[in-house]
Amino acid sequence: MTRLRFTLLIGALLAGLLVSMTFAVMVGSVGITPSIIWEVLFSKIGLPVEATASKAQNIIIWEIRLPRIILAAIVGAALAISGAAIQALVRNPIADPYILGVSSGASVGATMVILLGAFSFLGTYALSFAAFLGAILAVVIVFLLARVNGRTSVIRLLLAGIAISMVFSAITNFMLVTSKQQGGIQAVMHWMLGSLAGAKWSTIGIPFFTFLLVFLLLLLNYRQLNALLLGEELATTLGINLDRFRIFIILVVSLLTGVVVASSGSIGFVGLIIPHLVRMIVGSNYKFVLPISALMGAVFLVWADMVARMAIAPEEMPIGIITAVCGGPFFIWMLRRRRYSFGDGE
Amino acid sequence: MLQVKNISFSVPEKQILHDISFSMDQGKFIGIIGPNGSGKSTMLKIIYRYLKQSSGQVMLYENDMEQMTRKKIAQEMAVVSQETPVLFDFTVKDLVMMGRTPYKQWLAQDSKEDFAIVEESMKLADVLYLKDRTLGQLSGGEKKRVMLARALAQQANILILDEPTNHLDIEHQLQLMDLVKELPITIIAALHDLNLAASYCDELLLMDEGNLHMKGTPEQVLTEETIKQVFHVQAGISKNPFTQKLHLFFYAENVGRSEDK
Repeated sequence: MTRLRFTLLIGALLAGLLVSMTFAVMVGSVGITPSIIWEVLFSKIGLPVEATASKAQNIIIWEIRLPRIILAAIVGAALAISGAAIQALVRNPIADPYILGVSSGASVGATMVILLGAFSFLGTYALSFAAFLGAILAVVIVFLLARVNGRTSVIRLLLAGIAISMVFSAITNFMLVTSKQQGGIQAVMHWMLGSLAGAKWSTIGIPFFTFLLVFLLLLLNYRQLNALLLGEELATTLGINLDRFRIFIILVVSLLTGVVVASSGSIGFVGLIIPHLVRMIVGSNYKFVLPISALMGAVFLVWADMVARMAIAPEEMPIGIITAVCGGPFFIWMLRRRRYSFGDGE
Repeated sequence: MLQVKNISFSVPEKQILHDISFSMDQGKFIGIIGPNGSGKSTMLKIIYRYLKQSSGQVMLYENDMEQMTRKKIAQEMAVVSQETPVLFDFTVKDLVMMGRTPYKQWLAQDSKEDFAIVEESMKLADVLYLKDRTLGQLSGGEKKRVMLARALAQQANILILDEPTNHLDIEHQLQLMDLVKELPITIIAALHDLNLAASYCDELLLMDEGNLHMKGTPEQVLTEETIKQVFHVQAGISKNPFTQKLHLFFYAENVGRSEDK
């Protein structure tokens, strides 16, 4: 990966993201042309432009579609870099951001809010708050289980993640089967498969800034992430305080995935396949893997959300179904390709 | 410069190292030899602080290594361990660049100096021609040399090698040993091949069942008597006519007997 190729790739992906987002705003029950989109955008940031857009178009673009599409980009980028970081942490190519229990913990929180009306004093924020709380609770338990003699063991981290996910899923399922509210059950199912429909300008600030912070923190530590991929012993001899660095990664990744899951449910597959796809293109150096993953994840989820809105319009498809349907076969194709090793170095 | 004081190491139900003490001087090439399972690798891992001893101290320039930061240790000591990882795909030059990690602060870019050091290290380890290949495409021996180049890029005062000649053909064995011997730094190497140990090391530590059996020059340590005692084979000891270094021949104990008949 040369600097020039990297710059070109970043440029191309940025352009691709912009085009995808414009296109995503256009698509929907009310058709909108690109020129109107840019016109509305420019007028919102105070540039003097000719006003041809109707009030309805204004609202659809600015209040409904744009926040949603921006949230899609943020969530895609966040899940992709979280996946990349987790794969380095556990040195395991099948790891995704939810492997530490985030999504099952969040599901418990969300289900409690939807079915049992917990945290109702928080109003519209109850769902996000409970999901975030559940996510962090699950990770904390997993982390404590993985500590032995003051060290964090990777294999225990993975196994504790699986065990805690099972327990939390059982709690969610228990609440689901004992509930009599058909509407509520449907709402929980929808939430668990992920949806960006709730996006508003007021709710995308936290995911955006959390993403920005975690992205910068990870990028600043790209050397350590690279060293981690080489193995514990080598990372240690390169001067890395393994335990401290692991705790740091768990902390920032859980924070980011917790926030993301709270805002849009647990959208699967993005955090697993995007890092692999990126490594196939740019190699394993995290200096390149992180920014490219963020952009690819963003583009991918913008498209996935577009399909989710369009596929069975006017109904909405949960986005998790789209990511799995597109992601699964793609993953299998990658699996069959002989050139990409999935990290086992064959 | 490096002092090992009363090091013991145990895992549950087994003591691996028994109260080992020795010290080594700057610029020497020190070989650690001994049968399989005698504790060579464990000893090295404790020196480079991957494992923590049960008791005892390792002192570097009179400082207790337990008080030093990982970063500082990595600037003083570079390690080529036995495992050559192949996980994920790094290019050779990216991998060698990782040797510069201990010198990097947050936000620091790879400087011109780093690139020069990396290039020089690759040249020394004879892997420059591989620089754009990925690790997965290399043979076992090439990987080993890449790991050596990475360790050289660390520019440490001490280089620790755990069986560096494994997987290498004879040409690259000698090439690597020559290269390492020329370096103006302290070398500590666990070696299996006693003839390599005899021809390159200034000093040998002979380990046996977790004890330091003997320490001395190759001539002092590699005698028929100690080899029989520790390795349980007969040895004939002569000189390599070309290098004037010790050369050892081995034969199983019962060979001589059957010929006597």
